[in-house]
Order: sequence, then structure tokens, then C-alpha cells
Amino acid sequence: MSDPNFLTLENLTLAYGDTVAVKDLNLTIGKGELVAFLGPSGCGKTTTMRAIAGLLSPASGHVKLDGADITRVSANKRNVGLMFQSYALFPHLSVYENVAFGLRLKKTPAAELDKRVRAGITSVGLSDYADRKPGELSGGQQQRVALARSMVMEPKVLLLDEPLSNLDARLRLDMRSELQRVQKETGVTMIFVTHDQGEALSLADRIVVMKRGAIEQIGSPEDIYNRPTSAFVADFVGFENIFELSDGRLKTPKGPVELSGPVPIAAGLAWRPRMVTLGSGPFQGTVRGASFAGNSREYLLDTPLGPIKAEVDAALPPHELGAELAFDLPVGTAAQLSTFG
Amino acid sequence: MMARNLFIPITLGLVITFLIGPFLIIVAASFSAGETLAFPPQGFSLRWIAKVFTVESFRDSFYMSMFLAIGGTLAALILGIPASYALSRYKLPGAETIRTIVSAPIIVPGIIVGLSLLRYIVVPFQVGITLALFLAHTALILPYAVRVVSASLGNLRSDIEEAAVLLGSSRLGAFFRVVLPNIRGGIMSAFILGFVTSFNQVPVSLFLSGPGVRTLPVDMIAYMEIVFDPSVAALSALLAFMSIGIVFLAERFLGFSRYV
Repeated sequence: MSDPNFLTLENLTLAYGDTVAVKDLNLTIGKGELVAFLGPSGCGKTTTMRAIAGLLSPASGHVKLDGADITRVSANKRNVGLMFQSYALFPHLSVYENVAFGLRLKKTPAAELDKRVRAGITSVGLSDYADRKPGELSGGQQQRVALARSMVMEPKVLLLDEPLSNLDARLRLDMRSELQRVQKETGVTMIFVTHDQGEALSLADRIVVMKRGAIEQIGSPEDIYNRPTSAFVADFVGFENIFELSDGRLKTPKGPVELSGPVPIAAGLAWRPRMVTLGSGPFQGTVRGASFAGNSREYLLDTPLGPIKAEVDAALPPHELGAELAFDLPVGTAAQLSTFG
Repeated sequence: MMARNLFIPITLGLVITFLIGPFLIIVAASFSAGETLAFPPQGFSLRWIAKVFTVESFRDSFYMSMFLAIGGTLAALILGIPASYALSRYKLPGAETIRTIVSAPIIVPGIIVGLSLLRYIVVPFQVGITLALFLAHTALILPYAVRVVSASLGNLRSDIEEAAVLLGSSRLGAFFRVVLPNIRGGIMSAFILGFVTSFNQVPVSLFLSGPGVRTLPVDMIAYMEIVFDPSVAALSALLAFMSIGIVFLAERFLGFSRYV
């Protein structure tokens, strides 16, 4: 990571007409990093990506890349690659010509062009398909053409729009390792946009969680998964039992509830279903729902704290619907939220 | 059950009789050896087909019709392709209104279009006959051009243009490099549709034709009012075969029916 300020977004505000999609965003990405923009639809992640590509010009703020302010540089002169969710291959051109498209525009000498295009097609394992049209390829193959088409330009930054979401489970693994390979071999800075936390966690070095046009949390996959700092992020990464704290007590629909043990200073606490201790503890709940999920069983409990989701090992004997169970929300394991709401 | 079994073949038979029947009668009449347009034909000869090529006014009006059909269609496409592009790619205020206005000449009867063009454009502004015909035909073809090209653009994802831009192309370059090649079939279909529409146009041309300048169909009507010989049938048959030939070639090379 030679340049930690390779790509910087400064006070970036993006709008579609009067609708502000992203407000005052600041972010620094290092050279060679693999960053995920994670968030629900409408959070501004795709908009931010389009601004980096130059497809959307910011209402205010700056985009700086490799030491230069590119805010006003048009999209075709930025040398930023974008792999579209739909792949956006040119239907009238063969795989070879799709990959060659950018190099031809740059008037690359024929011999070099051919060498680079062939190398690009080979690197994504499609050398037998060079003469096919995109319509004759499977979705996974089309995506690899799109990847080769971007990478052959040796972009400074490669942007990927939901790179795994159109693929089935097996192809997803292939593409994930493909992207990691490309990133390792070329050292290209990659930013991908996703609404799927699994995708972000498995692929990224760093995750930027976005909510309503602003950054909610930035951190490593471990940080985001284990130490969400807001109720929004906690909810997004699967903490299903989230409570606001006030005066060291949990706020619940039925009034404040005292926890056992010392309570940290935080705006809220969150527990994943599997962090809930079932069978012992100071609280009582009634089983309202139960489902078997292979390795585990999930229970939905009706409790004085409101509904609680708990997950336990499937090897343990199952509980009947209507059963009264004791449970605990251990303070020690809870994620401490610094902002709530 | 029985009734339903018969319904389809009978309907089909009637449709074929009324659509293809007159055409067959015209073709048969054009081979007649007789002096008047009649069916069944009296005897067999090619003399009326040969005569078509000797009538001077047919030749002039054929050239005029060809000029209007080709020139008018090209002009309509030059206007219509950018219009379709703007309508399908940008959220324009009043896009629906523009679409309706653009297709108005299809909906409004030709007689009204012809009369109003004559009364309010051609006469007050002293527009020449040829120019008036050319403008009228362009306006009549425009709806077809916009409609067919729009359908073709609708099937094309707009993100391929952004992909081209990110690979170094300008916006305009992206239009020529990735949009046009992919709507080629639609443009060809629009051309053929426009050509046939213009060539077969009677009411509008009737109002705008003037001394010595006529389109072929108008000329044929004028001819029949004076001479009632089978040469008109022969000419009709030749034109019909020309149209069939064009559509056949279009279907063969472009898959025309996918776009209409």
C-alpha cells in the first residue's frame, strides 16, 4: 500500500436534481485496497461509485485520484474501470472486440493490442470463446469478459457494481477467487458496491457501511461483523436483539430493564441470536416460534423485553412451542453501540 | 365443438380471400390480351406489362415517388433517430405529449393532413410542389421512424454507453460505436416501413400534386379516369411484386418481423 491517500473523496455531495443522494462524504482509500461500499438500496453507495467513475458530477466537493483533482475530469479520461452489474457488454461485438474496445480507442499498436487482448481473455479463462458474441455466453462468462474488458485498460481504480449478486452459489465462489486473484496479481485498487453483507465480509479489506447518503461506519470485516458501532450497522450484520440504553438500563416497550453485571457506557447494546444464553438466566420467555436450520435451531421468544431471537446448537434437545424458558443477555459479549437510531 | 372446429378455417379462408383475392385478380388482369380492364382476362399477352414502361407520365411519377419514398424516409430517419434517442434515454418534460404529437399523422386521416398542409402551409407560403410533397412525406413517415427506432432502443440497455465512455469514448462516439450498430435492424425496418408508406400514399399526395408533378399512385388514378386499359393492373402488379421483394429481402437479411 504505497500511497494511503490514493483516492480521496472530500466533502462530496451528490444530487439528482433536487434530491440529495449523498451528503458531505469524506473517505480516503489507499492504493491497492479492496474496499466494499455496503448498505441497503438508496443509501448512496452506487451514486458514490458513479461519482468516482465520473458518470455523475458532484454538486460540491472533490474527488482526488493519484495526486490529481479529477472532480472536473470527464469519465472517458479518468482511467477508472467499472464492471456493471448487468456487465454492459456490447452485444454486436465478439468477446475479442469487446475486450479490445478501449485499446482501439487509445490507438494502441496492432501487435501490442492483440497481445494484451489475448492475455486479458486468457487470464479470465475464455480463450476458447474469443470469437463468440456476448449473447452466446453464460452469465458467469459474460461477467468475466466484462472484467477482462476493464482490466485490459490497466485502470487506476476498478469499480464493481454488485459483482456477485447475479451469480449462483458456485459461480459466486469462482468470481470471488477470480477477483482476489486479479487484485493480487495487478495490485489494482478495487471498490465494490453491495447490499449483501456476506459478499462484503468475504471479499473486502475494508468495509464502508452507508446509510441514507452518509457513512455510518468504516472498518475491517471483523470490526463490522463483531463490533458494529450503531444500531443500523448492528441490524445490517445480523444482530437481531438490539436495545437502547438509558441510565444503565435497557429501554424496552414495557419499561426499563436492569441487566445483570456492570453495564458499559454506551448508547445501546446488541446481541446476535447465538449470543443469547438459553436455559438459565434472570429473564423468562415463552417460545413463540421455532425453526430448524441444520446446525442450529432458532427460537423466537415472547419476553418482558419484547421479542427475543435466540439460536442454539441443533444437537441440544428441542423446545416445544409455548414452553417457558429462562434466558440471559450477557453484557460481556454484547456489541456496544455508540450511536442509536 | 364442431362449430369451433369450423370457425377458424372459415375465418382464415375469408381473410385470405379478401386480402389475397383482389391481388390475384389484378395479376391475372394484367396478363389480359383485351383492350379494357376486365376479369376474367381475355386471352393472354404481355403487351400491357410492356406498355407500362412506355407511358412517359408513369416514368416521371415513378421517379417522383421513388425520390419521395427514399428522400422522405432518410429525412424522417435523420430527424427521428435523435428524437427517439432523446425520448427513450432522457426523462424529458412532456415526453408523452411529444410522442403523441409525433405520431399524430398516423392517427389523423390523410385527407385532413393533405388539405390542411395545402391550405395553411403550401398556399400561404408559396411552397413549391416538390418541396411540399417532400415535407409532407417526411412528416408522414416520421411517426413510423420514431416508433420503430424507439422499440429498438428500448431493447438496448443504456449502460453499454456508459461502459463505452469509461473505456475512453466520448458520449457522441459511444452513440455511433455502440448504439447505432445495435439498432441497425430497427433503422432498416423503419426505412422499409417508411418507404412503403410513402410509396403507397394517396390522399396527402393528391392534395399537394400539381401540374406535371405527381406521385405514381396519383398518376395511376388520373390515368384510369381517361384510359381504362389493363396497363394500370399491370403496373399495380409490378409495384406489388416490388413491395413483396423488398419485404422478403428485409425479412431474409434483417429479421424484419421482429421489429414491427
